[in-house]
Amino acid sequence: MTARLDAAFAALSDPTRRGVLERLGRSDASISDLADKFAMTLTGMKKHVGVLEQAGLVTTRKVGRVRTCQLGPRRLEEETAWLERYRQRWDERFDALDAVVEELTRKEKSDERRNRR
Amino acid sequence: MSAGTEGKAGAVKGRTTVERTSDREVTVTRTINGPARLVFEAFTKAELFRQWWVPRSMGMTLLSCELDARVGGKYRLVFDHSPEPMAFFGTYVEVDPPRRLAWSNDEGGDGGSVTTVTFEDDGGRTRLVLRERYPSKEALDAAGTGAVDAMGETFEQLDELLVTLGERPAR
Repeated sequence: MTARLDAAFAALSDPTRRGVLERLGRSDASISDLADKFAMTLTGMKKHVGVLEQAGLVTTRKVGRVRTCQLGPRRLEEETAWLERYRQRWDERFDALDAVVEELTRKEKSDERRNRR
Repeated sequence: MSAGTEGKAGAVKGRTTVERTSDREVTVTRTINGPARLVFEAFTKAELFRQWWVPRSMGMTLLSCELDARVGGKYRLVFDHSPEPMAFFGTYVEVDPPRRLAWSNDEGGDGGSVTTVTFEDDGGRTRLVLRERYPSKEALDAAGTGAVDAMGETFEQLDELLVTLGERPAR
């Protein structure tokens, strides 16, 4: 635990790395985007991202030749919870829609029967 | 004449799936037990729409509901809300019965989303695909109070951490 705190503290002691976290709070970005944004070399930015990654503050994934960075695992959990709340809202709504449509279908069928007589 | 019209009454929970299909779009899918023609009506006729759009469990009361489901037509929903009623409104962008419907959500100003629904007949049932597309990732996050709030929390935690660690003697 102390080791993790130390890693986080070390990661946050640098103004560029704090800037990178703020930047990733707005949207994910590739390492070269970040290097441009903070006017440094790709290698320099890779080192900074590596430090943030070890501290668990950032995760990266590689798609093709581009490595994209996003805020650490905690944010992903929150996002999953957000989707689940959203899903429940639509699920309730569509349950109600199902009931309305079943009622319409039933009415239509009984009207058809009546008209055929 | 008892041609199996009883159907399966009662909606089974959890048949709705949600997926974040891009950083600014969320897609909801669900199969509804009835033909697309009727599902489309339930989306576009106010007297039907108000029966399902706000299920009781949401704890909100719909005061009025006006839908003019033509391309360029407006809709307006007003909810009972304290201190004053809350309105949701926008414009129909696509109306293609009974296949496709799209409207803008304008109550939020520029950050508003566009909702597109497709209705696909599937042997007496309808497969619904509803997409909510926001102008930016930030707008989606803000709308969902999800990632943006989480971000605030993350920074709060970092702040706390810094305060705690700052109390240690410097090396």
